[in-house]
Amino acid sequence: MITFTGVTKRFRDGTTAVDDLNLEVPAGEVVVLVGPSGCGKTTTLRMVNRMVEPSNGTITVDGRDIMSVPAPQLRRGIGYVIQQVGLFPHRTVAANIATVPALVGWDKARVRARVDELIATVGLPAGVADRYPHQLSGGQRQRVGVARALAVDPPIMLMDEPFGAVDPIVRANLQDEFLRLQAEVRKTIVFVTHDIDEAITMGDRIAIFSQGGVLEQYAAPEQLLADPANAFVADFLGAERGLKRLALIPVSEVTAEPGPVVSPDDDGATAERVARAHGSDWVVVVAPDGRLRGWASLHELEPTTRMGDATVRPFALQVNDTDSLRAALNAMVTSRTGVAVRVDATGVYEGILTQELISKEIL
Amino acid sequence: MTAALAAAFFRWDWIGSHLDDIQSRLTEHVVLTVVPVAIGFVLAFPLALAAVRWPRLYGPLLGVTGVLFTIPSLALFVLLLPFTGLSRATAVIGLTTYTLLILVRNTVEGINGVPRDVREAAEAMGYTRLRRLLRVELPLAVPVILAGVRIATVTTIGLVTITAVIGQGGLGQLFIDGFIRRFPTPLIVGLVLSIVLAVAADLSLLAAQRWWTPWSRAGN
Repeated sequence: MITFTGVTKRFRDGTTAVDDLNLEVPAGEVVVLVGPSGCGKTTTLRMVNRMVEPSNGTITVDGRDIMSVPAPQLRRGIGYVIQQVGLFPHRTVAANIATVPALVGWDKARVRARVDELIATVGLPAGVADRYPHQLSGGQRQRVGVARALAVDPPIMLMDEPFGAVDPIVRANLQDEFLRLQAEVRKTIVFVTHDIDEAITMGDRIAIFSQGGVLEQYAAPEQLLADPANAFVADFLGAERGLKRLALIPVSEVTAEPGPVVSPDDDGATAERVARAHGSDWVVVVAPDGRLRGWASLHELEPTTRMGDATVRPFALQVNDTDSLRAALNAMVTSRTGVAVRVDATGVYEGILTQELISKEIL
Repeated sequence: MTAALAAAFFRWDWIGSHLDDIQSRLTEHVVLTVVPVAIGFVLAFPLALAAVRWPRLYGPLLGVTGVLFTIPSLALFVLLLPFTGLSRATAVIGLTTYTLLILVRNTVEGINGVPRDVREAAEAMGYTRLRRLLRVELPLAVPVILAGVRIATVTTIGLVTITAVIGQGGLGQLFIDGFIRRFPTPLIVGLVLSIVLAVAADLSLLAAQRWWTPWSRAGN
């Protein structure tokens, strides 16, 4: 756990970068510091490993004041990843990763085993070990940076826009992989970004800062989106706040409606009755084994047609309980039925989701 | 006709009969190059480190070494005569002063040229200041520092030809011989050898630099 108590940083030119900050970063969680440039988020991060020293206040790591430990020793126990990566150009990938193990005096065999392990952990091919940083792609360099930070398995990681310099597709990959890795290693992570979407994706909690290093709100992403503390936060979260929040809520949070369901053995007249009772002009066709067949429009049905012989169209998009409500909303707006159909992993029909259901959930 | 003219101008047989002489001039030249560059480096290196550590020193340091660099070599030898006379010390002191500007500047720029993110990463990994200098900054500064040594060496090889004037030998002695006797052969031999020496020194320092910085050689 990292605790900031009354921490202020004033630079020599008189600017206040961080103003009376009180913040607790719980063990094993990712806390994202986000805000416009000049809001002190990077300064806050850099105070944790004493790259910047606070003017006032105290920072403790697991109860111990960081000022009571010599800076180099403190830093060896804290992983550090920056946007420009900062790999040592004169050392191979293996030697870069081995930086901190070498500083703390691991023996060679242990270092080599750890380097091999980390190269695999961060998803790099084994062949890169003996290459130099300039021979790698941007995404690969970023992975080496993460591996180097993880080398001695420090409980704390500081990450300053670690995925800021790679293209959006690589960034999304790195984010996903990082979250998967974090689910295993459970580090205490302070993560800086200026991108609110990245903050929402990566953060267990988000701290939003405004100019002059003022902490405006500190909350879990969903809570932040549901209940912004003030106009600054609401503004920073952006116009699509509702959609962003839907992206965080799984479909399983909403109870699906049964919907206008018919079986392939029913006739057109039955389908019309079911549809009218539901208030729609279409029905969902579900096989006797529970599998979803698709939907049929009343306008294309004769009263005597057996549904199994009628025109049944597949739903272009289906959702299951691990998808987000945002995905469900997307399914709604792209389907002529105006609903999202929910199935389980084996394709068994579970019900339909409507905009009213979602609105009820988030309001 | 041309052959006769060339024969009058350049006499190969002179080389054959003066090999010992040429060799000792060449040796003197090499010594008068290596010693000043080595002393210059030993002086410039700590000064440069101080200028990196305390940037305020850098301006004055460049100023002083810059002024030394602008003094004409002959004038400098004359200035030194009352103290060190017509001795090797005069030559070495004079030649050393000319190397300082280049060696100080390239060492400082080499270290300061280490990318900020690399320096910051080293600090954040837990390097102490001294260890960071030795393990990260100096290795990365090697190409620029050695480029300075190359320039200092090549300019010194040129300047050594002047030391013959104060009786310290070197290939310049061959210039003087040829000049006084209105006999161009030694002059040409001296000239060619000093150029060959400069090129050879430059290439071997370049080879040393490439050997020393394997990372800059690895292709994509």
